[in-house]
Amino acid sequence: MSSSPYPIVAALDALTGALFLLTALGVVATRQVLASLQLFIMQSLLLSLSAFLLGIASSSVHLFAVAAITIATKTLLIPWLLRHTVSAEVYRTREVERVLNIPISLLLSAVLVVLAYVVAAPILSAVEVPFARINLPLGIAAIFLGAFTVAVRREAVPQLLGLLAVENGVFFAGIAIVPNLPVIAELAAAVDVPVITLVVGLLTRRIHTRLGTTSVGHLSALREH
Amino acid sequence: MELAAILIIPAVASCLSLLPLGRRFGAPITVAASVVVLILAAHAAVQVTRSGRLNALDEWLTCDALGALVLLLVALVGFTAALFSWGYIAKRSQHGARNIQRYYGLYNLFVLSMLAVPLLANVALMWIAVELTTLLSAFLVGYEDTPEALEAAWKYVVLTTLGAVLALLGFLILYWGSRVAGFEPFTWVGLVDAAPHMPPALLWPAFLLILVGFGTKVGLVPMHTWLPDAHSQAPASICALLSGVETTTVLYVILRLFPVIGVAPGLDARPWFIGFGLLSAGIATLLLIYVRDFKRMFAFSTVEHMGIILVAAGLGGADAHLGAAYQMTGHAIAKSFCFFAAGFTVMAVGTQDIASVRGLIRTSPIAAIALMAGGFAIAGAPPFAIFVSELVILRAGLTSGHYAVIAALAFFVVVAFCAVMFHVNRMVFGAPGPRTAALAMPGSCKATLVLAAIPLIAIGLYVPAPLQDLLRAAAAAMGG
Repeated sequence: MSSSPYPIVAALDALTGALFLLTALGVVATRQVLASLQLFIMQSLLLSLSAFLLGIASSSVHLFAVAAITIATKTLLIPWLLRHTVSAEVYRTREVERVLNIPISLLLSAVLVVLAYVVAAPILSAVEVPFARINLPLGIAAIFLGAFTVAVRREAVPQLLGLLAVENGVFFAGIAIVPNLPVIAELAAAVDVPVITLVVGLLTRRIHTRLGTTSVGHLSALREH
Repeated sequence: MELAAILIIPAVASCLSLLPLGRRFGAPITVAASVVVLILAAHAAVQVTRSGRLNALDEWLTCDALGALVLLLVALVGFTAALFSWGYIAKRSQHGARNIQRYYGLYNLFVLSMLAVPLLANVALMWIAVELTTLLSAFLVGYEDTPEALEAAWKYVVLTTLGAVLALLGFLILYWGSRVAGFEPFTWVGLVDAAPHMPPALLWPAFLLILVGFGTKVGLVPMHTWLPDAHSQAPASICALLSGVETTTVLYVILRLFPVIGVAPGLDARPWFIGFGLLSAGIATLLLIYVRDFKRMFAFSTVEHMGIILVAAGLGGADAHLGAAYQMTGHAIAKSFCFFAAGFTVMAVGTQDIASVRGLIRTSPIAAIALMAGGFAIAGAPPFAIFVSELVILRAGLTSGHYAVIAALAFFVVVAFCAVMFHVNRMVFGAPGPRTAALAMPGSCKATLVLAAIPLIAIGLYVPAPLQDLLRAAAAAMGG
């Protein structure tokens, strides 16, 4: 952080990163589907806040664009899409049965966060980039936690939110390591996320109408005998 | 200019087939569009073989020999699968015109996304194209609307998207590396230029993330679990696209990394290619023995073949890479044919269970002959192309001294051959069961089997000179 010319911005970014990680942990641990969605929206807001802070530090218009795109797609468009594709009944769902119980999930999550720092260490020691020291390990941690969410949650919407949390993690790391990503790539990513949501949301609706459940973790007709 | 046209035509066809003009409209539009795309792709491939590279739209679209080969395969299977869809989807759709229109709308977009992968010069845009192949085909996988099909579609979307997002981090790190090295254009050519100057600590995690992330979509073991589900539950025409060319298209992206890592000092991608390849081929072979569903059988065979191609790429050298390019071609043609035969069989007997199909040669001779030919072709019997390409790969591995790898690979190939032929034999011969009601098969499906059989038989016996040049140039593009 000593390499950063903006110590206050770096401190604020570190705080944002810590809260970002907390929301990722929250998505792993929450039982309520609706609460998971709210945590995801909070996580996306923190992502765009971090992009904004980094944009100030590196005076990069690109990062302001990322912040704006993130707010528009992830905090407004995605919740709207989900409300319109997935029925209200799904939102009221409370997961009774999980693959792992919450204390064990959180314990494993802690291990994953440590692992993220271990994975990021060799990259950080090779290349010196301000803010990457904060954002890269936390981004990788969010990726691990999101993937872990997909694995332990059985409801369809939390699995989708885990997927989108992985995407948030990638971008949380991305804004620090490639602050000048071509605009075309940002726009493409901005299109991609709502399409994922739309497809998964519609699929969830069809599974719900066809099978009367959205507990996709229990679908196991297809396997080797 | 044909590169731009190749992308525009399916987009137009998609819009046209969504027009509410009844259930008979989408199929001919799609077939006509795919014929034009196939001709343009063949023309582009010829030009690429002559001039080495084709650029269009201010170098936003580009195509070298390896890209042209993939483009040609996607266009070919895009055409045969469209023709097969014509009769198959009309017969299998109880839900009326609206669903059929949606099918063709998505079908054209799905083919478009696969055509875009080898054409887009910008690597970030190419990533989007790969991701779109999943999202656009999700509803095609779940088209039959059975609980199994929806389950398969769910696993397909969630797992391959997860993989693609991991690969995205890999691509961002690659971009970071090329910026650190002081190179700007984020293209495959630019990456090969930048790779020697990139810090290995960036290049290596990027490579692993992309290999594992996109390896999920290729169906590499242990990320393959979704593949047999999706490739067995989708309609046969979509299975032909998924198994025949979607896997190949994503494998193409992984193969593109090989020359990038190859020029970086101190890094070696080969052990990873060979390791993942052998693991995939081995596990898939094991699963092939115990498989009970014949569409799943062909799906596991895809995992096996992706493994073989990856091993061939990892062996290195012009001969092994020629074998890999030839195997990609042979696999795309044979696997799509196998799924047409499987779809035909499903229509004839109404089940995918191997054990309940007996004496197919008497009840449905066309299905039986097609299944037999497809089985021989995909298992690698002479005179089919896969026999030749596997021989080329095995010989190349022996000349370069990879005895243990080749011994294992040869063992898997032989066991897989026996397993596939054992299952096909049980279905084709023997006393037919009680279900003997002969159904009238759609003419377009029969036509597809005949048309798709031409390249299936032809390229095993004789590879025409232009295709030979293309394969050699594609092998050269995979790097040394």
